[in-house]
This record gives sequence, C-alpha cells and structure tokens, in this order.
Amino acid sequence: MAQHKIDFTKDGGLPVALTTIDNVVNWGRSNSLWALTYGLACCGIEMMASGASRYDFDRFGTIFRASPRQSELMIVAGTLTKKHAEFIKRLYDQMAEPRWVISMGSCANTGGMFNTYATVQGVDRVIPVDLYLPGCAPRPETLQYGVMMLQQRIRKEKANRSLKPKRLM
Amino acid sequence: MRAYTPKDDVQKKSYYTDRYYVAPQVPKFDVETDDVFAADLKAIKAKFKVSEAYIQVEQMVVYINPKNIHAVMTLLKDELEYNQLSECSAIDFIAARGGFEVFYQMLSMNKRKRLRIKFFIKQDEAIQSVSDVYRSADWAEREMYDMYGVIVKGHPFMKRILMPDDWEGHPLLKTYPLHGDEFAQWYEVDKIYGKEARSVIGPEIRDAARVDRYDTERFARLGHEVDFGAKFDENQAETPIKYQEDEGVFMIKKLDSSESVTITDRDR
Repeated sequence: MAQHKIDFTKDGGLPVALTTIDNVVNWGRSNSLWALTYGLACCGIEMMASGASRYDFDRFGTIFRASPRQSELMIVAGTLTKKHAEFIKRLYDQMAEPRWVISMGSCANTGGMFNTYATVQGVDRVIPVDLYLPGCAPRPETLQYGVMMLQQRIRKEKANRSLKPKRLM
Repeated sequence: MRAYTPKDDVQKKSYYTDRYYVAPQVPKFDVETDDVFAADLKAIKAKFKVSEAYIQVEQMVVYINPKNIHAVMTLLKDELEYNQLSECSAIDFIAARGGFEVFYQMLSMNKRKRLRIKFFIKQDEAIQSVSDVYRSADWAEREMYDMYGVIVKGHPFMKRILMPDDWEGHPLLKTYPLHGDEFAQWYEVDKIYGKEARSVIGPEIRDAARVDRYDTERFARLGHEVDFGAKFDENQAETPIKYQEDEGVFMIKKLDSSESVTITDRDR
C-alpha cells in the first residue's frame, strides 16, 4: 500500500519529468552550443571578451573549442579575406550536423568598410548563415543576445533527423 | 573570362587639373651639406656609377645602376655601417616612364643616419636579390613581386607572400582596379563552387552608397528581428527575449527572489 499519493506529472513527487523528445533534444542542443574558436580580426577580441569571466559564455553552455569536429556553432568574428575563403568552407564542412553559423560584425555580414579586391563581401557568399549581428565591432552583450536568439530558434526547431542540412546552393 | 586590358592612360589623364596649382616639393639639399653623407657618397662613387644624389628630409637618396645593387648593398653593410635594411619595394611609373623605381631604405645605428638607394628598371626587367646580404630583404622582395610583379633573381623562395598562390594580377599596380578585376571578384566562388555557381550566388554588392531603408527597422533594432529578406510590418509587435524558463522547459525554474535565503551563519 502506498503511503503517499504520487503525482507523476508534477516534479517533486518523484524525480520524473514528462516532456517530448523535441523538447529534450533541443534543450540539450541549445544549452551546449560549443563554438569554434574563430576570431579573424578585431571582432575576435569582443568574442574573447564574451567568453572570458566578465561576460562569461560558459553559463550559456557556450564553450570555445579549437576543433570544428567538436563544435556546432561557428561565430565568424572578423574580416574574411579571399585567401581564407576556402578554409572557412573547409572548416564548416568539417563540423558535424546540426551546425549553426553566426556572422558577427559588419565585415562578416557584408565585407564592411573593406570594399576592396582582397575581401569577401559577406561570408554568406561562402557558407550559409543563420544569424547576422550588426556592429563594428558588436559589443559582448550583442553577441550574448545573438547567441540567445539562436538558442530560441533552436528550441523551435524539430529534432527530427529528416531535416535537410543547410546548403548555400 | 574576358581578358584584362591595362588602362594605360590612367596616370596621364587626370580628372581635374588646376591651372594655377603648384605641387609642393620637399626641398632637396646638396650632399656636401652633411659630412657623414658626403663621405658615404664618396665611398660609393669610388666604385660605382651614381647618376644622382641629394639630401631630402635629412636622408640621402642615391640613384645607382640596377646591375650594381648587390655590390652596393654589400659595400653599405660591410664598410659603411648601414646595418639594417628597413624596407624595400617598388613604385609604379609604368604609365609615365614605362617601368618601376625600386628603393632600398637603409638605417645605420652607429651613424644615426638613414639612406635610400634607388634605381629605375623597365617593366619586364628583373632585379638581383639582396636577401643574402640583408635577411629582411627576403620577405620584402617577395612582397615586391606579389604587389608589382617585379621578378627578383637569386631569391631563395620566390613566390607570393600576401595574395593566394593562384592569384592573377599584381594588386598594387596603378592599373589594378580597387574592387578587383573579374578574376578577383569571383575568386572565392570560382574556387569553392566552380564557375557554374556564379549565376546562383550572384555578383558582389560593391556599391558603398547602397542604403536599404528597412535595415534600421528590421536589422538593427533589438526586439524587432525578422528573418533574412522578410518584409517588415509597421505594426509588428515586439519580440522580447524569451528565457527558456518562461517557455516551460523542464528542470529549469525561474528564480523567485522571495524564496531565496540570505545565509548569515557561515558555519550553518
């Protein structure tokens, strides 16, 4: 005979929680966005500041990794030169699905003030971008806000495997 | 791809000329006004032909024959105590004179003097490397080749230093367009996706004055973000940040400050 009345649907009754697969998977994905260490120019300094103790990306579960194979978020922080374009594509291809890209700052968005022969006029000419952050350079708060926007978006996604991977073309 | 035609009259034809404008000239002084430079010039002149020499901004400029560059640099380093080659590069005079002026900026720590060796070469003429005399000439000569296309003979590793190895053209030539020629504008698309991708990805937007009036409304306002290319509605509601505890994610509860406890007893 049960001594207590157990309501399984309420937490506190037992350590049991009822939810959907989508929620669980997206909860995990959105709260462990490991970012590729990818500072290309001065935006990289702001990205480092966001990761350091004052702004503290770790509390979002965003930890910078030095390998594309361990990361699912690529923060393109800085100017992308034409010489480097093939390498960003290669690094993006090495990341495992699902993966997301934040284009951080004016240079990554559109080429910015570098309207010259040597600069790619926006990383979205090379890889698909999920989120564009305006600013030159965006402050760490802006990058945090951007990551939170991305988390919101991930929580709305289906966790289904049949989702098509993003392709530029 | 259309063949690139050099724009030869770029330097000859100026957009606007002021009839009464006199270009300011940095005054030149005779070398004899400085004893140290006079002695240096005498030592150079004893062995090599010097076409012109003067002092400008307290630095001596010496024009020599391009064939003698290696010997002159050796003399400067071994006997005249010019122990540092600060910089060497070329200046594009193709339209005006059909070639480059190459300069070598020298520094003597002992004499506290700076000296500039210069000579003129034709566009297709190669120069002799001095990287075995001054190590700093190694990268400087590679950059000279990269940016101007000046071939340097006797260099240990003559390849581009800044631009990619498969780059076409030399960007610091005055005939090179700032936004790049057709090769440069499609470089990353051609290389990564192939030429057939050009129509899919489209040309670069190079208009610096291009303004999208909706950018301030849908791109640069917090709480009003919309999807890429989406239409912005004037009456669009704000989209404030939703924290995941608000959305009812399990195991995460919003902090209620009235339930928080301030610990006063450290040994609790």
